[in-house]
Amino acid sequence: MTKYSRRSRAQAPLAGNVESPTTLICLVAWAVPGAGHLWQGRVSQGLVFMVTLPLMFATGLWLEGRIFFFDASEPLVALAAVANFGIGLLYLLGRVMDLGSGNAVAATYEYGNSFLIVAGLLNALVVVDAYDVSLGRK
Amino acid sequence: MASHFFLMVLFSCFVSVVFAALMRDKLEDQIRFGAMLFAAFLLTGVILGWLMYPIPL
Repeated sequence: MTKYSRRSRAQAPLAGNVESPTTLICLVAWAVPGAGHLWQGRVSQGLVFMVTLPLMFATGLWLEGRIFFFDASEPLVALAAVANFGIGLLYLLGRVMDLGSGNAVAATYEYGNSFLIVAGLLNALVVVDAYDVSLGRK
Repeated sequence: MASHFFLMVLFSCFVSVVFAALMRDKLEDQIRFGAMLFAAFLLTGVILGWLMYPIPL
C-alpha cells in the first residue's frame, strides 16, 4: 500500500496523486461511516463518526422516519433518497431488513426523516473529508 | 421521551459532534467548537420558536 506522508504529498502534484487507494478510501468511508478515517490513522475522528452517524440513523428509524427510494417522478423524494443513500451500507441494510417504511401519521415522522437525511448528508461530508486527508490537503 | 425539545437537543448534539470532529483537529478545539455549535443550535431553535409563537397553525 502507498505510504502517505505530508511531505511526499506536498511534493507531488495533486492531479497525479489520485490513486486507487484514494478511491478505495472514499468507497470504504461511504460504506462504513468513519472507516476512511480509521484507515488513514485518524482513529479518534473515525471512532466519533463510526458511533455518531449510525446512532443518528438508528434514531431516525426509532422515530418512525422513512428511508426513501429513488423516484425520479418525485423530485423531493429523489433528493431525500440521494441524501439517505449517503449513509452507505446502512441504507442498503435498512432496505433489506425492511426498516424505515415510515409512519406518516406518527408525530415524530418528520423528525425521523430529518435524522435519516442529515445522517446521510453528514456521512457525505465525512467522505469528502476522508478524500481531502488522503490527498494531504488536511 | 420524544418531546420536540428533547429531539432538538439530540439532533443538535449529533450534528455538533460530527462537525466538531470534521472542522477541528485538536481535542481542545473540538470540544470548544462543538460546545459553541451546540449552544448556537439550541439558542437559534428557541429564538425561532418564540418568533413563530404568534403564527397560527
